[in-house]
Amino acid sequence: MEQNTAQPPCSRKDYLGAIDPKWCPGCGAFPVLSGVTAAFAALEIPKEKIAVVSGIGCSSRFPYYLDTFGLHTIHGRPATVAMGLKTTRPDLSVWVVSGDGDSLSIGGNHFLHTMRRNPDINYLLFNNQIYGLTKGQASPTSAAGTISKTSVYGSIDMPVQPLSLALTAGATFAARVLDSDLTTMKEVFKQAERHRGISFVEILFNCVTFADGALEAVADKKKRSDNTVMLKAGEPIIFGRESDKGIRMKGTTPEVVTLGQNGISAADLLVHDPADFNLAFLLSRLHYPAAPLPLGIFRQVAQPTYNERLIEQKRRGAPKPGEDALGKLLRGPDFWEEKTG
Amino acid sequence: MNALPAESIDVIRQPINKATIRLAGDSGDGMQLAGERFTAASAIMGNEVATLSNFPAEIRAPLGTLAGVSGFQVTFGVGRVHTIADEADTLLAMNPAALRKNIPCLKKGGILIVDEDTFTADDLSKAGYAENPLNTAALKDYQLFPVPMTKITRESLKKTELLKKEKEIDRCRNFFALGLACWLYQRDLKTTLQWLDRKFSRHPEVAGANKIALQSGWNYGESTGVFPVIFVLEGAAAGREPGFYRRVTGNEAAALGLVSAAAKAGLPLYFGGYPITPASEIMQELSKLAWPDVFTFQAEDEIAAVGAAVGAAYGGALAATATSGPGFVLKTEFINLAVMVELPLVVIDVQRAGPSTGLPTKTEQSDLLAALWGRSGDSPLVVMAAQSPKDCFDVVVEAARVAVKYMTPVVVLSDNYLSTGTEIWRIPELDDLPEITISRELKGKDKFLPYERNPETLARPWVVPGTAGKGHRVGGLEKDLTGMISDDPKNHQKMTRLRAEKINNVTKEIGPLTVHGDPAGKLLLIGWGSTYGIIRQVVEKLHKTGMPVACTHLRYLHPLPEDLGDLIRRFPDVLVPENNMGQLWLKLRAEFAKEYIRNLNVVEGRPFTEREIEDAIIDRLKEK
Repeated sequence: MEQNTAQPPCSRKDYLGAIDPKWCPGCGAFPVLSGVTAAFAALEIPKEKIAVVSGIGCSSRFPYYLDTFGLHTIHGRPATVAMGLKTTRPDLSVWVVSGDGDSLSIGGNHFLHTMRRNPDINYLLFNNQIYGLTKGQASPTSAAGTISKTSVYGSIDMPVQPLSLALTAGATFAARVLDSDLTTMKEVFKQAERHRGISFVEILFNCVTFADGALEAVADKKKRSDNTVMLKAGEPIIFGRESDKGIRMKGTTPEVVTLGQNGISAADLLVHDPADFNLAFLLSRLHYPAAPLPLGIFRQVAQPTYNERLIEQKRRGAPKPGEDALGKLLRGPDFWEEKTG
Repeated sequence: MNALPAESIDVIRQPINKATIRLAGDSGDGMQLAGERFTAASAIMGNEVATLSNFPAEIRAPLGTLAGVSGFQVTFGVGRVHTIADEADTLLAMNPAALRKNIPCLKKGGILIVDEDTFTADDLSKAGYAENPLNTAALKDYQLFPVPMTKITRESLKKTELLKKEKEIDRCRNFFALGLACWLYQRDLKTTLQWLDRKFSRHPEVAGANKIALQSGWNYGESTGVFPVIFVLEGAAAGREPGFYRRVTGNEAAALGLVSAAAKAGLPLYFGGYPITPASEIMQELSKLAWPDVFTFQAEDEIAAVGAAVGAAYGGALAATATSGPGFVLKTEFINLAVMVELPLVVIDVQRAGPSTGLPTKTEQSDLLAALWGRSGDSPLVVMAAQSPKDCFDVVVEAARVAVKYMTPVVVLSDNYLSTGTEIWRIPELDDLPEITISRELKGKDKFLPYERNPETLARPWVVPGTAGKGHRVGGLEKDLTGMISDDPKNHQKMTRLRAEKINNVTKEIGPLTVHGDPAGKLLLIGWGSTYGIIRQVVEKLHKTGMPVACTHLRYLHPLPEDLGDLIRRFPDVLVPENNMGQLWLKLRAEFAKEYIRNLNVVEGRPFTEREIEDAIIDRLKEK
């Protein structure tokens, strides 16, 4: 099959498909579409080299709104498809688009194994804490007590923390962004694409129809600076409208402190290090309102990818040049020749 | 080291043209291995072979119990051997449990060799014998030869000091038994000796000990004078075409078929699998290949295995997965996606007795309806079945060829009997394989449309990511020519019809049916899958005696061959033998609406016996 490389498009609009997205007006998926296409344009990825593989759910309609290659698969299992695609086609930029129900409920098993294998895939988890396409049932990330069509008296399940799960399973790149913060989204998507290995990005996005306001405390622009903290590599973890609050360790537990009070200075605070697994995991356990919600890149480490390990095995096990490997395989160790009929 | 029968001992050399031997022991006794080596020796001596393995689902059931018995039966002959014989001429039982479980498979008057050292009170009781059958009249219908196999093996190896522990020495008993069996049927020891050197090249002491045990078994037969008769295969050999030959199991053949089809098509091979009995060997065989263009993926589950294959197919690889019943149903939703997006995919189902976990190591043909119709929606795909171990190669190549030409999943039905059964196979060259044509984009079109169909096949073009200017979206939702979502009811009707018509077009790929027996007869047997050998053997035998009976065998189960209807209408009576409760029978009744299509069903986890087919034919012919 011919694979020509055309000139890369230069504008984010060049990556958009011909049809308008059929998401509810005000849906958090719209800004993500902007963020993803902006990252494509910034990195100048040729359109035909992008393959977006999605599962089932509102967010999984994503590929239809792009002018790239796209495969809309089945509920919960886009990562398996992406695995086979990326293994055989390492030349492609492969993006998985999945939702909270898709990735963490019906596809929970695949989520775990995709993270641990470290394929060079960008994994976008659209987390709106609700089943939207099926019209409003509790999801695995719905907060305890969430009232929905199937949790009429409030959800009694504890929610999954996607970042904690991804980190524990071995994600080498793990980040969280808000649908309302296009600048960070674009930057994180670019970093995700550049990262060699699995790049997991949890996107907190608002479902205007079935869970509107679930993210208000962290996504609202006025409240965001007090209720979230943007992680920056090498910098102390400081947040607040006045940049006067921080996080330090008290024994094995992080605590929120105010700079200047009780003699606390920036030197007492945790310094973010994306190479430190323990720190990334600890940060993944912080949630508003007990603590500010951390955003940005939690973990970023270089480890051999699935394909790199595979290529290494193939380098060692490949047939020698000129060897009739197929003939040898077909004959096996126990063959014989019959000379006359 | 190999010896010819000594002239000094007075032994009768009885000429035969075919024989069947069954080797049985505890699952740790290595009887499968002994059986395989006996088969290998026979194959290389120019005999035709057919084998049946019978082993427990548990790796090591408690030692000496009935549950732990493992058996291997091989039929070998100078003429054509279509299938294993119902009953063995010789049974070699390594313990009381093996005797008890296998004695029904030995024909009356047959040779029964047992390791008498294992007939202890403890092992007799584990096998459920109140009295030692070697001391009663229980075995009077057979020619019984109790042999102190354990004792002789220990004695002959103790002096050599090759193996230190008695336990290790006792593990060589299977080679003593093999040596004795080889003497009885005059099988050349050379291939086995060479194999031992190769297999245990890093453990020469193990190779050496087994060689001694093998020779001791042979010598016991030759020098003790206990056995009055040895059997010598005589007669015209099958007359093999010149070329390279080997033995192959169904699962090996399937794996080799995948690799060869990909090479022929010039595509990388991607195989996604998940361990399941009796299909795992296919993945294991492929895992040995670290070739740049062969990818084997052990997925986290059956669903991921097929999902990854779908992803690889989307990227332009020849993609395949293999499983058995419980895994096959798990894969259903992804197979349906492949039907809907129209991507090529080979799905091998090595059937075992079901439903659910069923009998994991026993054979059955009961996934046919699941393959034909076991998906949501109107979801047509191609279904074909292998008829013998070596045919697994040809069917897999055919499945790959049809999959990439018609852009469809193809289900290949094998079964437990074929997967472990052995057959002699002429090794093909790549040039011997049929050409593989990939469904490409039509020439001379202004605009690329992902669902614009080839007018001849109705297949859509396989345009993969990376192709500049051809970006498009496909998915499980109903779509129009552009691949974009369409919920237009008229479009859905049209697409449903087109998907079905495309699969019906595959009839063009099916050659004319072959009929064996009496083409103008009164009764036609229609079989599919692993029943090929037994049906043909019985039909040809009865036809020779003058019975008006014929048979045909289906490779394609969907679509059915175009000439099948005419053939059915030519016969006043049709019988469909299957190792299920009548699945092909149901399909044939539905397609051809003939009440005289009758069924014959056995679901005992084993292939049909000759007797079962023969009796059914005679009954049907009597009734008419």
